[in-house]
Amino acid sequence: MLGETSATDVSNRGSRGADDVATLTFSNISMRFPDGTEALSDVSFDVSQGEFVTIVGPSGCGKSTLLKIAAGLLDATSGTVDVDRSGIGYVFQDATLMPWRTVRRNVELLAELHGVDKAEREKLASEAIQLVGLNGFENHYPKSLSGGMKMRASLARTLTMKPPVFLFDEPFGAVDEITRERLNEETLRLFEAERFAGLFITHSISEAVFLSTKVYVMSARPGRLVASFDVPFAYPRSPEIRFDPRFAEIAGEVSHALRGAHS
Amino acid sequence: MSSVDSSAVDTAAVASSAVASSGNVSTKKRSRFDLRIVLPPVLTGGLILGIWYFVSYVILDPKRRFLLKPPHEVWSVGFANGDNFSEMMEGLLATSKTAFWGLLSAILLGFLLAVIMSQAKFVERAIFPYAVVLQAIPILAIVPLIGFWFGYGFMPRVFICVIIALFPIIVNTLFGLLSADQGLHDLLTLHNTGRVTRLRKLMFPAALPAVFAGLRISAGLSVIGAIVGDFYFGQGEVGIGQLLKRYAARLEGEQLLAAVIVSSGLGVLVFTLFGWIANRVVGKWAADSRGN
Repeated sequence: MLGETSATDVSNRGSRGADDVATLTFSNISMRFPDGTEALSDVSFDVSQGEFVTIVGPSGCGKSTLLKIAAGLLDATSGTVDVDRSGIGYVFQDATLMPWRTVRRNVELLAELHGVDKAEREKLASEAIQLVGLNGFENHYPKSLSGGMKMRASLARTLTMKPPVFLFDEPFGAVDEITRERLNEETLRLFEAERFAGLFITHSISEAVFLSTKVYVMSARPGRLVASFDVPFAYPRSPEIRFDPRFAEIAGEVSHALRGAHS
Repeated sequence: MSSVDSSAVDTAAVASSAVASSGNVSTKKRSRFDLRIVLPPVLTGGLILGIWYFVSYVILDPKRRFLLKPPHEVWSVGFANGDNFSEMMEGLLATSKTAFWGLLSAILLGFLLAVIMSQAKFVERAIFPYAVVLQAIPILAIVPLIGFWFGYGFMPRVFICVIIALFPIIVNTLFGLLSADQGLHDLLTLHNTGRVTRLRKLMFPAALPAVFAGLRISAGLSVIGAIVGDFYFGQGEVGIGQLLKRYAARLEGEQLLAAVIVSSGLGVLVFTLFGWIANRVVGKWAADSRGN
């Protein structure tokens, strides 16, 4: 559970403490949109390298807003975010691929934006495509891919930058349950291999418990963190943990907290 | 009949490629000239010819038949007669030249304006109402004025084409540039992408399908602009417009109809050409290819 600290008006440009081990730190983040909607209220937590934190909450509770603030796409009304912005990988809700580019050229995009030369770009792209299991589809255009494959391409694109911080904005919300489970397993595999600091947004409880070291429950608007749960399963995790009694127990507790958060 | 023929071929090509790509075409019929595709437009063409003959020979009595000469006389006088045909082809060439330069100018100007408008809402607000005004000007009203101000040479004709063809290019290009996915914009923002790179890598390619849709409309309009300008100027290099006027004044029904067919043929040709180009450029990736 989080302490009841009041939001203080601090400049958004936070400085990083020398003894700060967290890779991504939110301090007293509040967000009020110009139309008066209060999206977030006094949110504080951090994510360290090798930690996978998931935020579960009802739709429209401001979860995505939090990620946008972390990435610098939005400025918080008050509070500070402490993170190295150059090392952020952002996986969007939709695959957001460029329809005019093939899978390979889509995956190369970020390296291209950073001026990486062609040979290196191709190498990075091939590795990332391999990692998400899209080999053989390099020259396909997005319109001929399934929803799950598009998400894989999107993941591969982010992977090329080898970001130390990974933000996932409900990335598997639009794919079917079977594909979602497979993508979860692959995300887990990526996390186990890369050991980034992961912040994942979802409203699927089982997805949250399956992936995370820690699950936060966010309340309905204005979003506040109302409960936190540590997930005890060690990595590498097997898909079988979904049937472990402790898994069901944690999922039940999260679900219970979420119901409280709805009201 | 060039208009009917070319549109039939166009439809046939598009329909057969659609069937082929859907993958459930039976292997026995691989021919491009599938009867089910070619037959309907041919039947329509036959029906039109039938009605035409019917009006010429049954409805009009012989004294008034000059109002609508039958198709074969239009053919023999307008197309098969060498002198008449070459006169018309020269006119067609002059008109095509005007339409081409007009369209090219409209593309460059329209594209430039749309890009500027896409970069700042302020500029869009400043320019857009006048683009609408330009569109709302009745071309018949402005043509004499343009002749009056700028003379009856080549440039004023091109200018008329620009006026008539500019609006669809501006609107479609602007719409296309602004249609780029917000998520992709965010992605580029995350990676500190500059304005020019953003235009080049995101907004231009995203705009292409809409740009081509605009081009097809504007290409046809530019042909109309060239003919209308020539018609009203009534002097200078003789194009289809002046020929139409001349044939009408002399009650040369066969040649008048032939000129109408030729000018609509030019419009169809330009429309088909841009459809083909669009299909080549964006057909591979666009969700809804506009190249048909």
